[in-house]
Amino acid sequence: MSIKGKAAISGFAEMAPQKGAGDITPLGIIANMAREAIADAGLEKSDIDGLLTGWALSDYSVLWPSVVADYLQIRPAYFNQVELGGASAAGMVWRAAAAIEAGMCNTVLCVVGDRRARARQMPPFPSIEAEFDAPYGLIAANPGYALIAQRHKYEYGTTAEQMAKVAVDQRKSACQNPSALFGNKEIDIDDVLNSRMIVDPLHLLEIVSPCTGGGAFIVTGAERAKDGPHKPVVLLGAGEAGGHSSITHARSLTTSLVKPAAEAAFRMAEVSPQDMDFAQPYDCYTITVIVTLEDAGFCEKGDGGRFVADHDLSYAGDFPCNTHGGQLSFGQPGLAGGMSHVIEGARQLMGRGGGRQVRDAAIGYVNGNGGIMAEQCSLVLGV
Amino acid sequence: MGDYTKPLPHPNDVSQPFWDAAKRHELQIQRCNACGTSIFYPREACSECLAADLIWIPASGKGRLYSYTIAQAPTHPAFADDVPYVIAIIELEEGPHITTNLVGCQPDQVRIGMPVVASFEDVNAETTLVKFRPA
Repeated sequence: MSIKGKAAISGFAEMAPQKGAGDITPLGIIANMAREAIADAGLEKSDIDGLLTGWALSDYSVLWPSVVADYLQIRPAYFNQVELGGASAAGMVWRAAAAIEAGMCNTVLCVVGDRRARARQMPPFPSIEAEFDAPYGLIAANPGYALIAQRHKYEYGTTAEQMAKVAVDQRKSACQNPSALFGNKEIDIDDVLNSRMIVDPLHLLEIVSPCTGGGAFIVTGAERAKDGPHKPVVLLGAGEAGGHSSITHARSLTTSLVKPAAEAAFRMAEVSPQDMDFAQPYDCYTITVIVTLEDAGFCEKGDGGRFVADHDLSYAGDFPCNTHGGQLSFGQPGLAGGMSHVIEGARQLMGRGGGRQVRDAAIGYVNGNGGIMAEQCSLVLGV
Repeated sequence: MGDYTKPLPHPNDVSQPFWDAAKRHELQIQRCNACGTSIFYPREACSECLAADLIWIPASGKGRLYSYTIAQAPTHPAFADDVPYVIAIIELEEGPHITTNLVGCQPDQVRIGMPVVASFEDVNAETTLVKFRPA
């Protein structure tokens, strides 16, 4: 049994990220996204019989899926929380498809929303990291990705300019995205390298900005999706991988779990990276994109820096990558940051990319990444 | 030393021997009696064979710098006065990796692969952190 071709994204909704906390709660965002996504798919609330959601950093509790189901007053026959950090949204796509194929439900609402969290509102980090990483300042994501970047520079000669190029090209696409948090002004490599060094070698403009936002998409059976108003975006392949928590104990800093996840996704879809019309790789940092493109097979291992330098990653370029601007320019509203890559993939394939539409986009790669490269979920989507 | 405000470890029954050793300025890790694997962080079962048969052994304290970052902005407010400081992963001679700070080394002298040795810092009356310095 395979879920290849069995389910499709039939609609979506996305909130424009806001810099401040705003006056809306995560549940309020989730309700807005649910209403808009259901309407976008041409459905009624009563059509929803599956629910996948993920935590909100700013409203964290156990039994969150029931909190959401109660708030939305839906009665799912299949529901759960996907807890894969930034990979949660990508992970929802294949889980929804699997639940539909298994006959548990017909139409799954996948929804997340979060308000810019203050540190004191954050849920606890794993106790082992609190005990053995935090006392030395290895706290949250910034230094973890800096450790990866430094080792990548050492092993492969990746340069600061190459990493900066990711932020520069993605910004070009963000300037065509009215929802992007940083879509007003293009930047160049000097802007990135002259921005404040935060955790060497990562500069401020190589690091995502937390914000308030949310997103939702609807997954339904591939046949059923044809009744909707949009071209169904079919799940052709999915792969997932994990195996570490603290980055200190990852088996490698530079060859990531994207490799098995992407290999599985391409194998299921029976296509290769070179068949993709675009890539939407999770980009919490510039180095994340370089490592992901290497491990997904878009270039040889270690050539990621040269690859991003040699290609135009903008929506109009020869390798369209994070065509919404990526989270670096779009913003990172909690788990909705990772959802932005799924939604942008669907948007492009539906032909709804507006000023940043990738011409003739028919098949694309999406990757979700959680923690410090700890959770990976790769998808191949097509129309 | 009473006003130490940075995050502190809160040892549990499993990890207490590690911190007790650190307080004596000794680095100890675990070894699996069943398969011989050297283990860090402290566990109740082997990370390779899952045998619940681990013993504490002294580590040499020697290792090499596996990767590092120089924090130019504090990664936690309590580290503000330390900027710039070096967060590092050390590959211990026995194999396991450990998170630490590299001390006694100018940031521009830090090199991946450099030999390092454990250096113990008594941060308050109860706790000694295991840091590393150039060997």
